[in-house]
Amino acid sequence: MVSDEITKMVVLADSSPILPSELALRAYELSTDAIVKETCFGLIVTGSEKEVNETIKELRRLDPSGIFVKDRGFPPGDSRRCRAVRGGGPRPGFHQLERESCILPSISYGLETIDEPLDAKGREKREKLKIGRFIEIIDEQSKEDVNG
Amino acid sequence: MVKILVYPSNSLILSDLVARFGHEPLTLMRVIRQKIKEVGIDSPPINVTPEDPKKGLKYAAVDVPSGVRGRMALLDPLIEESEAAIIVHEADYSFGCMGCARTNELAKYIIRNKDIPRLELAYPTCDDEARDFVRKIRDFCESLTRKAEALT
Repeated sequence: MVSDEITKMVVLADSSPILPSELALRAYELSTDAIVKETCFGLIVTGSEKEVNETIKELRRLDPSGIFVKDRGFPPGDSRRCRAVRGGGPRPGFHQLERESCILPSISYGLETIDEPLDAKGREKREKLKIGRFIEIIDEQSKEDVNG
Repeated sequence: MVKILVYPSNSLILSDLVARFGHEPLTLMRVIRQKIKEVGIDSPPINVTPEDPKKGLKYAAVDVPSGVRGRMALLDPLIEESEAAIIVHEADYSFGCMGCARTNELAKYIIRNKDIPRLELAYPTCDDEARDFVRKIRDFCESLTRKAEALT
């Protein structure tokens, strides 16, 4: 393994409009020397520190608040983590990643609205739906369902 | 740029937010990478050497579960280098056998005793809490930047 080689995981929030395949396509378009592995949650990028950081900086532009990055100790395909070698099952760290992935849409929302007022007074008041209007909506929907 | 220890030390959210706000997150993955890259007699696949439990003795006695000493040996370089810390309480996935549970408590105790700026918070459960969470981390990181600039 080259001494200055690093690996980073790029994880997409569920709320992001970008798909892992689109991220991978963009990474290939950049034509850096970093190796890119597409995964269900995003990408794993391996290469020299400069190449990896450059690739990730460009990828972040696709969705700045929906793309999250963390370091990875093992390179992709390492036999101590490879599921093909170890007989399947989740890799160590999967459950944590899964749990944090559930929170990512909220974190994205937090990043996008970070400067909006937190207290109730500063926020816009949303009008509540009146019961009469609610009944109208139900009736309209029922008619649509009956008519097909 | 300040070195901020994040706890849980392999958290995606914390390491991304710290890096996003301009500082260096100290994470367990860095230590693991160093261990697997080291070339020598103790090269992979044998990454854990007899030296590691000895490093753990700095934090815990020999009668403490061995998992604690092994994990503290990995956390040791992060704790030593840290200039600030962000701790998240009661993360759902921070459970395990006595080794992990005691390591979590010991690591948090050592970080609290270290005289460094510290932010403690809980994972958000809704969008409003997430906004508050992100804002607190941003404000903390900005205060560290101002402090670092004032010192230089």
